[in-house]
Amino acid sequence: MNDIALQASFALNVALLLMLVIVGIAIARSRSLLASILLLGIYSLVSAAWLVVMDAADVAFTEAVVGAGISTVVLLGAILLVRAGPVRHDWRMTIPPALLVLGVGGLLIYAVTGLPEFGDPASPANAHVGRSYLIETPKEIGVPNVVTAVLSSYRGFDTLGETVVVFAAGIGVALMLGFGPRSALSPPPVATGDHHVVLRVTAKLLIPLIMLYAFYVQFHGDLGAGGGFQAGVILAVAPILHALVFGLRETIEAIPVHAVRSVAALGVLLFAGVGLVCILNGGDFLDYDYLFPPSVEAMIPPGLMGDPDHAHHWGQHFGIFFIELGVLFTVSATMVTIFYGFAGRAADEQEAAS
Amino acid sequence: MSMAVTHFNYIAVIVLMMIGLYVLFATGNLIKRMVGLALFQTSTALFYISLGKVSGGTAAITIYADSPEGRALAATLDPAYVDQFGINGVVYSNPLPHVLILTAIVVGVATLSVGLSIVVRIREAYGTVETDEIEAVARVEAAQSGPARSEAGA
Amino acid sequence: MILFEAIYVAPPALTAQAPILVIAGPLIGACAAVLSPGARTAWMISVLTAAFTLWMSVAVAGEVARAGVIDYALGGFAQPMGIALRIDALGATMALLIASVGLLGALYSGHALVSEVKPEKHTLFQSGYLLCLAGFIGLVLTGDAFNAFVFLEVSSIGTYALVGVGEARDKRALPAAFNYLIFGTVGATFYVLGIGFLYAATGTLNMADMAMRLATLGDNTAAQAGLAFVVAGLGIKAAMFPLHGWLPGAYAGAPSLVSVFLAATATKAAIYLIIRFVLDVFPEGEFGAIFLRWILAPLAATAVIVCSVQAIFAKEVRRILAFSSVAQVGFIMLGVSLATAAGVSAGVYYLIAHALLKGALFMAVGAFAVSVRARTVDDFAGIACEAPWSAAAFGVGAASLAGVPMTMGFLAKWTLISAALEAGAVWIAVTLAIGSLLTLIYVWRMLEAIFFRMPAAGAERAREAPVGVLVPLFILAGLSLLFGVTSTLPASMADASAAALTGAAP
Repeated sequence: MNDIALQASFALNVALLLMLVIVGIAIARSRSLLASILLLGIYSLVSAAWLVVMDAADVAFTEAVVGAGISTVVLLGAILLVRAGPVRHDWRMTIPPALLVLGVGGLLIYAVTGLPEFGDPASPANAHVGRSYLIETPKEIGVPNVVTAVLSSYRGFDTLGETVVVFAAGIGVALMLGFGPRSALSPPPVATGDHHVVLRVTAKLLIPLIMLYAFYVQFHGDLGAGGGFQAGVILAVAPILHALVFGLRETIEAIPVHAVRSVAALGVLLFAGVGLVCILNGGDFLDYDYLFPPSVEAMIPPGLMGDPDHAHHWGQHFGIFFIELGVLFTVSATMVTIFYGFAGRAADEQEAAS
Repeated sequence: MSMAVTHFNYIAVIVLMMIGLYVLFATGNLIKRMVGLALFQTSTALFYISLGKVSGGTAAITIYADSPEGRALAATLDPAYVDQFGINGVVYSNPLPHVLILTAIVVGVATLSVGLSIVVRIREAYGTVETDEIEAVARVEAAQSGPARSEAGA
Repeated sequence: MILFEAIYVAPPALTAQAPILVIAGPLIGACAAVLSPGARTAWMISVLTAAFTLWMSVAVAGEVARAGVIDYALGGFAQPMGIALRIDALGATMALLIASVGLLGALYSGHALVSEVKPEKHTLFQSGYLLCLAGFIGLVLTGDAFNAFVFLEVSSIGTYALVGVGEARDKRALPAAFNYLIFGTVGATFYVLGIGFLYAATGTLNMADMAMRLATLGDNTAAQAGLAFVVAGLGIKAAMFPLHGWLPGAYAGAPSLVSVFLAATATKAAIYLIIRFVLDVFPEGEFGAIFLRWILAPLAATAVIVCSVQAIFAKEVRRILAFSSVAQVGFIMLGVSLATAAGVSAGVYYLIAHALLKGALFMAVGAFAVSVRARTVDDFAGIACEAPWSAAAFGVGAASLAGVPMTMGFLAKWTLISAALEAGAVWIAVTLAIGSLLTLIYVWRMLEAIFFRMPAAGAERAREAPVGVLVPLFILAGLSLLFGVTSTLPASMADASAAALTGAAP
C-alpha cells in the first residue's frame, strides 16, 4: 500500500487525531465552563471530519448533528441555569485520577499491541460478519446504504433499543425538570422573545427550510448517508430556533408539552408495532419479509421502481421506511421535550429576576 | 517502533479516552464532569471506527465498479488487492462498527441530557455545583437533627 | 425445573413468540403509560403489563425446561448476521425473578408512591418503571453482546432518573443519582470498550459465536483485555467491591419502590452478565482460572468482610441495607468464582434468595415510610408497636438475611459453604462463615430497635400501611419463608442454570 493517496489519507488521519488530542488537553486545562463546552463542540466537529476520513459517513453526520449540535445546546442550557463561575482547581484532587489514568491507559496500550494492524482487511473484525453484510445486503435487503440496512434490518432490534433509550432520556428529563410552577407546563405569561427584526425574519425563512432538510435526510437515509436519528435531531432544531427567537410561550402554544410527549411514545409504538405486525403475518419479530401478507404484496404494481428485483424487497423497504419514521417521531419529540425542560426553568428564572 | 505506526490510531484513541477519564475524576465541578464523560464516551466510539477501517476502502454505500466513482477508487489500488478484498470490484470499509457507534453516540447524548437535568436540580437544591460545597451543605443539614421521626408526605 | 414440564401456560403460538413478547410487552406498556390520562390509569397499565410479562416469562421458562435452550432469531436472520435471543436455564431463571419482582413492585406502587413522589410525576414514574423492567429482561434474554449494552442503558437511564425522583423525600437523592449516573456510564463505557476488544479478536458480537471463536484463539492479549474491561464495567453496575461507591447513596435516597427494584434486579442483572461472560463466553483456560481465583475471589471476599463491617457502623437503616447488599453480592461472587457446578448453583440460588429478601426488606421500610419519615436506626425504634404487620414482614426478611433456619437465606448460606468445602476452597468457606456472623450483628441491631425498644418520646406516631402495600410485601416476604421450607423450585432452577453453564450436573 505504498500509494500516495493512501499515504495522504493516513497523514490526514494522524493530523486530525493530533488535533483531537490538543483539544482534549485544552478542555482538561480550561478553567472556564463556557470554554470547555465550546471546546467540546469543536472536538465533536473535528471528530466528524476524522470520521469522514475513516469512511464513516453516517456516523460523521450523526456526530456533527448530535455531538456538536444538541449536546452543545443542552450543555449551554445547563450552564445558563446553573450560573456557575470559574472551575476551581485543587491540585490534590488531581493525583488519584492521574494515577488511575496512567494505570488504565498503560494496560490498554499493552492490550492494543495484540490487535491487528490498522486498516487490515483480513482482520477478524473486517473479514467475518462485517464482510458478510456487504455481500448479503444487495441480495436480501436491496438498499444501497449498507449501514442503514444493518441498522434497520439486520440489527433492527438494537435500533429499537436505541429508540427506547432516547425515549427513556425524555422521560428522565421530564421527571427531573418538567413539573410544578417552574416548568414548561406553565409557560411565562409574557412572551419573552427577541424583538430584533433581522432575527425574526431570518428565522421565519430558515425554519421551513430546516424542516424540509430534515425530511430529505429522513427519506434518503437508505440511498446515501442519513436516517431517522439525524433527521430527528435536525427536525427538533426548528422548534428550538423558534423558541429562541419568538419566545418559549409561542412555541409551547404551537407545540404543547403533552403533545410532544405523546408523539415520542407513538414513535416507539410505531416501531414495536411494525415488529408485531410481522409476527401476526406469520414471521418473527421485525422480520420485514412478513410485513405484507401475500394478498397485499400482489397489489403492488411490479414495475413500480424500475428494478424488477424490487418485488422481492418490498417488505424490507417499507419495513425500514416505517421504523425510520418511528425513530424520527421519537427522537425529534424527545429533543424538543429536553429543550422544553431546560428552557422552561430558565424562562421562569427570568420572570423571577424581573 | 513500527508498532507506533501500525497501531497509531489505537494509541491516540486511548490517549483521548484517558484525557476524558482524567477530566471526569480530577474535577469537583459537576458540569465539567459531564464534559469529561462526553469526551470519554466519544473517544470509545473512535476506537470502534478505527477497528473497522479498511485500507483503500470507501464508505459502505453500494456503488458499481464501472461507475465514475468506482473506477476512480480502483485506479488508486492494486488490482490483486481489489480482487481479494473487494466486493464486485470495490473495496469497502466495515459497516458494522459504524452501526454500533451510531447507537453509542445516541446513548451518549441521552445520558448527557439526563445527567445535566440532575445537575440543574442539584443547583436548585444545594445552591452550588461543586462537590465539596455540596458535601458541606449536606453535613450542615445532617447536624441539624430534627425530631426523631417526622410526618411523611411530599 | 421439573415443575414446569407439565404446565402449558399459553397456547403454542403465543409460547413461540413469548421470548420477544416478554420484552416488547413492558415497552409498549411504558408508551401506553405516558399516553394515559391520569396516575390511576397509569398504575393499572403498569400492573396489567407486569402481569402479562410474568405470564410470558413463565411460558419461556416452561419452554426452556422442555427444550433446553431457546434460540429466537430477530428479524428472521440467522445468527450471527442478525441479533438473536438465546435463553438457557440461567436466562429463564433471571427473567422469571425479574418479572416476579416487577409485578410485586407494580402492585406496591399503587399506594407506596403517594408519600414519596410528587403526584404530578406518577404517570412518568410508572412509564420509567416499565422501561426499567423491559431493559432488565431484555438484558438477560439477549444473545448478542452489544444488544446487552443497549438494554443495559435502557434500564440504567430510567434508573438514574427514578433514583433522583426520591428528592421529594430526601434531598440527598440528587447527588446520589448523579454519582450513580457517572459511575454507571463509566461502567457501561468500559463494557463497550471490552466488547470492542472481543470484537477485534473474534469478528462477531453474537455471544455463542464469540465463545466458539475464542476457544480457537488461545492466548490473545486483546481477548484477555476485553474480558477484563467487560468484567470491570459490569462490576461497577453490579456494585462489586471496590467499585460500589455509588450504591449506598442511591439506595438510601431513592423512593422505596426504586430501592426494591434496584436491590432485587439491577445488580442481579449485571451479575448475570458477568457470569455469562466469565463462565460461558470466555473459554476455560489458564487466564480464566487465574482471573477467577486471584482477582474475582479475593475482591469478593474483601467485599464480604469490609462491607459487612461498614453495615455494622452505618447509622441509617437504608444505608445498612445498602452496605449489606454489596456484601451479599460478594457472597454470590464467591460462589461463582468456584467455577464448579455446585459452586455456580449455590451462587445462583443465593442470588435468588437475596433478591427476594432484600426486596422484602426495602418494601417493609417503604411501608413504614408511608406514614412517617424515619432515617436512622433510632428513628425506627419501637415501630413494631405501631405497624405490626410491616414489622413482621421486615422481621422475616431480616431473618432470611441473617440465615435463620427455615428461611431461604439459611439454605442459601448452607449450600454456599458446602460447595466451597466440596471444592476444597477452605478459605472461602471461612470467609463466608465470618461474613455470616457479621451479618447477624447488624441484623440484630435493626431488629432490636424495631421490636424491643419503645418509640422516642416526641416521635411522630407511625401507622400501619394500607392493604394495597401490605399484600405485595407479604407475598415477597412469604416467598423467603416458603422457599426456606420447600425449596424444590428455586433449587432446581439453580441446578439447571449451573448445568447449562458448566456442562456438568451439580
